[in-house]
Amino acid sequence: MREIKADVAIIGAGPAGLAAALSAEREGAGEVLVLDRGEELGGILPQCIHNGFGLHRFKEDLTGPEYAQRFIDEVKTKRKIDVKLKTIVLEINQNKEVLATNSEEGIFKIRANSLVLAMGCREKTREMLHIPGSRPAGIFTAGLAQQWVNLEGYLPGREVVILGSGDVGLIMARRLTLEGAEVKAVVEIMPYPGGLTRNVVQCLQDFDIPLLLEHTITFIHGKDRLEAVSVAKVNSKKEPIPGTEKIIPCDTLLLSVGLIPENELSSLAGIEIDPSTGGPVVDERMQTSVEGIFACGNVVQINDLVDYVSQQGEVAGKNAALYALGKLEQPKGVINLKKGRNIRSLVPQIISAQGKVSFFIRVKNPEQKVKLVLGKSIFQQKNPIVKPNQMITWEVPFEDLRLNDDVKELEVSIRKL
Amino acid sequence: MAEKTYNITCIVCPLSCEMRLMVKDGKIENIKGNRCRRGIDYARQEFYNPQRVLTTTVKLKGDRLPLLPVRTNKPIPRRMLKECVRYLSKIEVKAPVKLGEVIVSNILNSGANVISTKEVGSTGVYRKT
Ligand SMILES: Cc1cc2nc3c(=O)[nH]c(=O)nc-3n(C[C@H](O)[C@H](O)[C@H](O)COP(=O)(O)OP(=O)(O)OC[C@H]3O[C@@H](n4cnc5c(N)ncnc54)[C@H](O)[C@@H]3O)c2cc1C
Ligand code: SF4
Repeated sequence: MREIKADVAIIGAGPAGLAAALSAEREGAGEVLVLDRGEELGGILPQCIHNGFGLHRFKEDLTGPEYAQRFIDEVKTKRKIDVKLKTIVLEINQNKEVLATNSEEGIFKIRANSLVLAMGCREKTREMLHIPGSRPAGIFTAGLAQQWVNLEGYLPGREVVILGSGDVGLIMARRLTLEGAEVKAVVEIMPYPGGLTRNVVQCLQDFDIPLLLEHTITFIHGKDRLEAVSVAKVNSKKEPIPGTEKIIPCDTLLLSVGLIPENELSSLAGIEIDPSTGGPVVDERMQTSVEGIFACGNVVQINDLVDYVSQQGEVAGKNAALYALGKLEQPKGVINLKKGRNIRSLVPQIISAQGKVSFFIRVKNPEQKVKLVLGKSIFQQKNPIVKPNQMITWEVPFEDLRLNDDVKELEVSIRKL
Repeated sequence: MAEKTYNITCIVCPLSCEMRLMVKDGKIENIKGNRCRRGIDYARQEFYNPQRVLTTTVKLKGDRLPLLPVRTNKPIPRRMLKECVRYLSKIEVKAPVKLGEVIVSNILNSGANVISTKEVGSTGVYRKT
């Protein structure tokens, strides 16, 4: 089998992988190799033609393709960054070997000094939801519909119901409406929407599309093609309330019920996965449980803003380069972070607490007038509101906190003010 | 004319205040539910002249993909969104296209230009420069 050598090999050419490549190059890595199964650079961004990208990073309201282009332009000028598109990674292992294949080169092996995982995420499907009824055509994930409408140019249907109010579903409700389809309802089982308020307002309210909160789909009707769905209100245990059922005729059902980090490769390589994020456990340098393997972006946890993805990519790329060059110091003390009150997930999960650490946090329940607290109260920050659909970022200056060396565990929690 | 009420959700900050507007003869008489002054400015803007950036696609010839993503270079009146999409569905452009290239200038007299949001003829195939 043919073998290639690389200083840093990066799997995935979305915003995470591109930021990692640029940052690894800047740090002095020899050869940086980026692999992606897609036909173009940018990951999911080319199909996200709506605006709302880069507000934090560039202080501009860009569309997905525009945001991606800024990184693509820079990558192209770097002699040391090489890209292989239409290339699928089949396997990775703890020795930083990558097995990949494409139609030109067949199966080949890459021996790298360090790896960056940037595989993004995939969408949950109907199989994961167990909705009863028939199995007609016309049921798709929202992201697949987005690919068809925005890249390939065809409408999935005329009368649409969307299950789940994640951002992808909301964006597609507007897109399909503008393209002439009728979106009859967005059905959400939780008492609050899954996506950003901006999207609820500008994608649903702007077009008078009903958002049915605390509702779910109880039955799917239709033989060959979808004909209708039954929708019912749910009680506090998320069970349908008898007698509240109604039938909505439609030819298309889009599922926007959540994203899951894409970690088959990571699990097979024996990298430790955090069940609460669905992604690898990482430290503040974005290093996974395997030395020399780093991870960033949606493969680590689902981010709602691309700006954070690029930020993590830069951290991962820089440290992957340092590791490849033999310059990355492994930490002295290691502190495990515990999820306290109202914390659903927390990245990084392990820190050495040497310098400033950026945390990315999700809460379980919405709450107002709260504070984020580290340990008993070593460090805190007030927050007027926290919501499950909005990731909280929190910078903690550990260099100023003077923790004792014997601290092995710290809890992060949300407390009422 | 009778009084009417409208609900507007503020999106200026994460608190997402639900505001109620009392409207008489097409004029806002009273706003409730906002926690700060910025909510009032937002509600007035949204009630009197809501504006949005339009993002959509036009037909593309000569590339791997049949569509080019585009947007308006500034917000346009919300009521014009559908009209503009209908107008743009008849437009066809040929590759190569530059990022930011004007596809339609002053679309339907809105004062906004429709520009390309993608560089076509370069990203499809990766080449070193
Ligand atoms: C519909 C939608 C709307 C969004 N709207 C916004 C918004 O308005 N504002 C905002 O800031 N953010 C938004 N986001 C979020 C943002 O787009 C994502 O957070 C970001 O794209 C994640 O980047 P990533 O690099 O981690 O993953 P991706 O962009 O998914 O890239 C992962 C790449 O890895 C490749 N890959 C995976 N496995 C393999 C393998 N085995 N071999 C080879 N290649 C592989 C994939 O092909 C893909 O190209 C939106 C996301 C979606 C889906
Ligand atoms: S009214 Fe003020 S506090 Fe309320 S959402 Fe708007 S900006 Fe935030």
